[in-house]
Amino acid sequence: MKGGFRQSMAWLHTWTGLILGWLLYFMFVTGTAGYLDTEIDRWMRPEAPRIATDIADRDAIERGLAYLRQQAPDAGKWSVLPPSGRDIPALLTFWQGGEGDGEGGRGILDPATGEEIETRDTGGGQLLYRMHWRLHYLPDLLSGWLVSIATMLMFVAIISGVITHKKIFKDFFTFRPGKGQRSWLDAHNALSVLTLPFQLMITYSGLIFMMFVCMPWIVAAFYGTSEAGRDEFFHEIFPEPAHVETAGPPAELVALDGPLATAADRWGEGSVRSVEIEHPGHANARITLHGSIASTPLRDAPSLTFHGVSGALLAEQTVGTSAIRATRDVFLGLHEGLFAGPVLRALYLLAGLLGTGMIATGLVLWTVKRRQTLDATGKGSARGLALVERLNIGTVVGLPVAVAAYFWANRLIPADFSQRADWEVHAMFLTWAAMLVHAALRPRDRAWVEQFAIGAAACGLLPVVNALTTDRDLAHSLATGDWLFAGFDLFMLVTAVASAAMAWRLARRRAAPDASRRGRRMRNRPIGASHEPAASNTSRQ
Amino acid sequence: MAEPRRQRSRSSGPNRAWAAVTSRVLAATFGGYTLTHVASILLVFAVPASLSHAVLAAMMLSFVIYCVAIIWCFATRSAGRAWLGMLIPTAVLALPAWWLTGGLTP
Repeated sequence: MKGGFRQSMAWLHTWTGLILGWLLYFMFVTGTAGYLDTEIDRWMRPEAPRIATDIADRDAIERGLAYLRQQAPDAGKWSVLPPSGRDIPALLTFWQGGEGDGEGGRGILDPATGEEIETRDTGGGQLLYRMHWRLHYLPDLLSGWLVSIATMLMFVAIISGVITHKKIFKDFFTFRPGKGQRSWLDAHNALSVLTLPFQLMITYSGLIFMMFVCMPWIVAAFYGTSEAGRDEFFHEIFPEPAHVETAGPPAELVALDGPLATAADRWGEGSVRSVEIEHPGHANARITLHGSIASTPLRDAPSLTFHGVSGALLAEQTVGTSAIRATRDVFLGLHEGLFAGPVLRALYLLAGLLGTGMIATGLVLWTVKRRQTLDATGKGSARGLALVERLNIGTVVGLPVAVAAYFWANRLIPADFSQRADWEVHAMFLTWAAMLVHAALRPRDRAWVEQFAIGAAACGLLPVVNALTTDRDLAHSLATGDWLFAGFDLFMLVTAVASAAMAWRLARRRAAPDASRRGRRMRNRPIGASHEPAASNTSRQ
Repeated sequence: MAEPRRQRSRSSGPNRAWAAVTSRVLAATFGGYTLTHVASILLVFAVPASLSHAVLAAMMLSFVIYCVAIIWCFATRSAGRAWLGMLIPTAVLALPAWWLTGGLTP
């Protein structure tokens, strides 16, 4: 049965990888970008002032509360997050509606002054990252299921891929360039096996992220299908101690000094990640201080809940009391990598890029193999193959170009345009659509060349656009040691050069095809090289 | 890529092959999903923790069960065996699951 088992797993791997392969590519591109979400945020708000990093938490929190008192005195819940590392670069405030009022809002403040930081309205890197699991334009439930299904298919693809890969360790060191289909297989194998632990982790933890969406009936079997039942389950998993539903009569909020001192005692100075105040200004107010979830992979933090009027400590939650909760938290923590310092973050980025390349090479390999079979024996669906080939071009190259368009739109759409944040995203998806149309209309080989050329222009000119629309051009960034802006520009330039090199190489290959190739087709010589680029760098951001 | 072994039949044209594949896909997707749930619900009783945490543990493990079920559906000799592989364990596990959970709570 062994031969049959590996063969059937190869078939399964091929199809689970293909069905939602482009969606998975989108998720990998946006997910990888997500490891630099706050950096991209910063780049997309060039007029934001440098935030002082030495403001005491206590002062920042007080300024945040002053702002909230002014902006949302009747809100049902306030949240204040003082600046903290790369994860929370400014003083963040949020509020949610009061009685019967569902409205909410947020303010991004300068911790030194408590004033709102006036910048252009943009979704920034956070929105790009959010698309990773929320997609865009789709209702929550639909995107949740799509992402869940894609992740499950990816999981099955990984397992079936490992099963089918006979010489998984020996083949790791095999790379045979310039041999068409075989080179693509080698590239796909190398990328996949090199990052296999990461891909397994990221996929399984992705499933765990989505499990409340896609495995809800396990909960329902014990808690019922009603909303009350589901709430009961969630409150048992994520308890909210000392929580009271009603606000009560008006009463003055206690000063935060006492609670903050208690937190400093237990956790050390500067470890409060967020302050949540329920029913501020009422008798049943509750002040909850949370520690940082970004400090360890455990992605969980202790909390202290105080009475909002008397300041008495009502409840304390420590971390790691449940091994099962901890398991979930560690999975999520490893997936998000919030705890990662610069070196580990660079590794996360690299793994994400390699994973993106793994998907891209898999998608292209699928077409190369089919094209070879079709040309040699006439077997297979020409239309299906053409569809996949075109989707590949428009997505593997077209999607990164669309992300570049998102950045172009950020610089070019006027700051006072009312829906500029929405239109930055529209620009991204319109560009992706245009690239798909281009891929459909142009001859296939030309399409690859032209799209890589467009990619080179889109990335290479972005630093120029940046220089023309802001005062933070590359020269200025290098001179002032602004590594974020300099790094962004340099990354775009490197990507542009790589893209241009690909375009040039593909154009050259087209211009001088192996004239005898057609004659040799029937003798089973790999012809992939004449239609597709040889395996090389196809993973781009 | 080779397809899973086809059922032995007299009229095996391309339509027959795709019907077999589709059958396996349905068995894996829906049959597997059902089997996963029944097995996970039973698994809850095996976890030594409070109910909510046992449910959480079972949910986290459910994807392994689902993956095994899907692999079975495509590795086994025929589409018919794929369905049997989903339906029989589901039926066998559903009885104790139903009994232990006191029937599905409304």
